[in-house]
Amino acid sequence: MARRTAIVATGQTYHKSIRRDVNGQELINEAVVRSLEDAQLTMDDIDGVIIGNMDHFEGINYVDCWSIDGSGGYMKPTMKLTTGGTTGATLAIAGYHMVASGMFDKLLVIGWEKNSESDTTGGIITCTDPIVERPIVAGAISGLACEAQAYMHKYGATPRDAARVSVRDHKHGCNNPHAHLRLDLTIEDVLHSPVLADPLRLHDMCPRTDGACAVIFACEGIAEKITSAPAWVLATANRHMFSDYSDVVQMASLLSMVEASKELWGKLGIKEPLKKVDVIEMYQPYSWAGMMWIEDMGLCKKGEGPRLIWDGVTDMGGELPINPSGGVICTNPIGATGLIRAAEIALQIQGKADKRQVPDVQLGVSTGFGGNWWTDMIAFGKKKPA
Amino acid sequence: MPEKKTDLLTIHSALDAEQPFRWSAGRYRSRFMQEIRDHKRFYGIKCPKCGKVYVPPKRVCGPCFVEMDEPVEVGPEGEIMTFTILRFSFVDPETGVAKPVPYAYGAVKFDGADTQLSHFIEYEDESKLRIGGRVRAVFQEDRKGSIKDIRAFKLIE
Repeated sequence: MARRTAIVATGQTYHKSIRRDVNGQELINEAVVRSLEDAQLTMDDIDGVIIGNMDHFEGINYVDCWSIDGSGGYMKPTMKLTTGGTTGATLAIAGYHMVASGMFDKLLVIGWEKNSESDTTGGIITCTDPIVERPIVAGAISGLACEAQAYMHKYGATPRDAARVSVRDHKHGCNNPHAHLRLDLTIEDVLHSPVLADPLRLHDMCPRTDGACAVIFACEGIAEKITSAPAWVLATANRHMFSDYSDVVQMASLLSMVEASKELWGKLGIKEPLKKVDVIEMYQPYSWAGMMWIEDMGLCKKGEGPRLIWDGVTDMGGELPINPSGGVICTNPIGATGLIRAAEIALQIQGKADKRQVPDVQLGVSTGFGGNWWTDMIAFGKKKPA
Repeated sequence: MPEKKTDLLTIHSALDAEQPFRWSAGRYRSRFMQEIRDHKRFYGIKCPKCGKVYVPPKRVCGPCFVEMDEPVEVGPEGEIMTFTILRFSFVDPETGVAKPVPYAYGAVKFDGADTQLSHFIEYEDESKLRIGGRVRAVFQEDRKGSIKDIRAFKLIE
């Protein structure tokens, strides 16, 4: 039987497009120190470290070794995880597994990226098959633009609908001092920003960011001593799909999200997630996903995403606020991005989200997205699971 | 220690080295490339369990987790399943050089196939590009056994 496990502390950098004042190790250290301060612990209290990023963005392999001065892993069990865009979410799931297994009591989990150190699109291209896909694809943007095009074709959604999602996240991001972009945009601003790849415009898309996030997981018995409000992990789900982009034929729907959601809601015993979940931090790399993937998550029927968005259901103050932090469209240090989602849900449950706080959060969900369209999901609760 | 922005350095790597990679294509993709290079033909592989025809071919059907061994000729025509026009330029990691824009990229499903091949789509009038559009491959004169032996797909008028 798995031990009950919670996030007890979080730390983030103030995310920016370029942090020339720090190298990667020093950036990581800022987040780690903040998480330790949040927990009122020192590195001596920590049993082990897991760290993750996407190697090809900095061109540095063996990041678990290279980052040791910054991570605090000196003379501790330390390892690295990398799963593409989902890296941060995978880190959180792995951190949970390691503590829930009984092998570690207090575990430090770090996600980071210095996306300014290389060309992000070029880096993402090197994730694809070198023989049949790499010479052709244009990173994340080409695939996401194709997905949006297919969704538009099938369900009649419009760029204006997508812009409404972007406006929501940017508005939310203005409340978050850690957000990289804090822009109070209008729908017209989004619709008049430069086209990157039809139908995606600049303000529909996430930025590339320098930033790091650290969270501390602890087991039952210890978690309650560190904080009066641990964010308990209730359930996780993740789904991988195919090796090749060419196999992802169902373009207007994210199959991995459909399947992971079914598992997650099943584990939680939830039939109507829109009514039961209090807040979602979604790995939504571009505005269109804010409509498509909430349908795949089961918040509404296929094709109804735009209506939910226009009705304000997912705004702050709505029935189910999505991305109070401003989400990925405002901040995207890729290896940290999925972990920031989990950290933000922990802050919501702990009641420490300041201006971006959703009132009385009992159940929150964070997601991860990456690679060949795969999905990670984690549900956190205020009440310790039975 | 007060510092000016100019005191903070970013160090660039050199872009003038040939990449030291030699990737194995395997039997299935070797033949796929050879058929294109030598005969301008496309072949896929059929899963004995789910019946899905994969193009490009591969040895294992991931969802069924069985080996596939039935080659099937597909195309030469196909349908645009989805597409986009790239309008921002980025550095191509294959060459280290910025990609010339705009260009169209899309997913083409050959007649007889169940998966889709990602490739460039050539167009004269971009308003004619659409999901469901019929296309045919245009080949390079000098073919080398690369996916770029297909220059692009072109709309059939």
